Amino acid sequence: MAAVKLFAPVMSTAATRVVLCLEEVGAEYERVDIDLATGEHKSPAHLARNPFGQVPAFQDGDLVLFESRAIGRYVLRKFKSSDVDLLHGSSLEESAMVNVWLEVEAQQYDKAIFPIFFQVMVIPNIFHGVSDEKVIGENLEKLGRVLDVYEARLSQTKYLAGDFFSFADLSHYPITHFAIKFPQVAPLFEARPHVKAWWKSLESRPAVKKVAAKLPQLS
Amino acid sequence: MAAVKVFCYAISTASIRVILCLEEVGAEYERVNIDMATGEHKSPAHVAKNPFGQVPAFQDGDLVLFESRAIGRYVLRKFKASDVDLLHGSSLEESAMVDVWLEVEAQQYDKAIFPIYYQAMIIPCFYGGTTDEKVVEENLVKLAKVLDVYEARLSQTKYLAGDFFSFADLSHYPVTHFSITIPQVAALFDARPHVKAWWESLESRPASKKVAAKIPQLS
Repeated sequence: MAAVKLFAPVMSTAATRVVLCLEEVGAEYERVDIDLATGEHKSPAHLARNPFGQVPAFQDGDLVLFESRAIGRYVLRKFKSSDVDLLHGSSLEESAMVNVWLEVEAQQYDKAIFPIFFQVMVIPNIFHGVSDEKVIGENLEKLGRVLDVYEARLSQTKYLAGDFFSFADLSHYPITHFAIKFPQVAPLFEARPHVKAWWKSLESRPAVKKVAAKLPQLS
Repeated sequence: MAAVKVFCYAISTASIRVILCLEEVGAEYERVNIDMATGEHKSPAHVAKNPFGQVPAFQDGDLVLFESRAIGRYVLRKFKASDVDLLHGSSLEESAMVDVWLEVEAQQYDKAIFPIYYQAMIIPCFYGGTTDEKVVEENLVKLAKVLDVYEARLSQTKYLAGDFFSFADLSHYPVTHFSITIPQVAALFDARPHVKAWWESLESRPASKKVAAKIPQLS
């Protein structure tokens, strides 16, 4: 069986979401770099894979997918085994809880933390611009309120969807890997012991350590 | 079997997403109104079901869910029948395409159209405030680019995930039901024949018509 292919640069947080899934299930995969600096993501060849001109794109034989959360679901389902099941698809109720907290990641968490990441890391480093402190401040408040919900949840269950690790937890890793190092963000996690412990348990997973070691350092 | 319960608000687009799924599968359900005008969504009773203090929430026996896209997945899976299968869960490839276009709805379409709807309709009608025309203009530009991708896709396939109707199409209905009454939005759809035809096919579904008849006008 030919290895699946992932088209993305190393620093793409969305690509890291997929790489984490591939590493958790132990699938064979090939990475094809897409050079954002030269606009390769807008090339006809890449647009044919991801019509929004974004990264990642993914290929398994004739099947071409995009949107990292959809690719992740495919990988976790196809390569599911008795010891690695991050969707709990065979249980209607457990998979529903995974889906709830996957939506929370996309609709609540990412919407608060991504603008902070964009202002603090992307604008100065990629666009050589100036961070908008007002945007950062507003979103730090939002993130604090989101993390209050997480603190309450993680006081009840070991992981977000229940007492089992799932894609819902994993999906938080890529952006948090960078954002947790920001002086504005770190205290929000420090102040919430269950959130802090949950984050440390994510960081300590073998697949996560392996992927984290290959991510670029913040400058 | 007791009917499932949806804790919702009549003009909440997320609530409408869940109601549509229930109508498509023909499930028995009970609507419990959560009066957002009086802040009931922030009451302890409701926050116990949706910790973010939003609508909808959902209950099936002991199972309580929130986030409309997750609730929708649960409903469509539990009440799936030979003639109503909007997730195509038994096919790895087809369900992957449904997941891709569900992500597109959430990550590309909603992020462009929701701010337009919020500024042009919710702010004046619900809050008695003034529309921020700059936000509307910026997002109309984004929405046009998203709809260009949809036009190309729907020139290839009858529906978004393939030649079969799915949750990916249905998920677009609620915000579009309101937004299509905004002239600048209608113009974007009118200029794209495949998108326009796709929207009209969504509107003409019996479940859509039944649900639409009960949605109050925003004045």
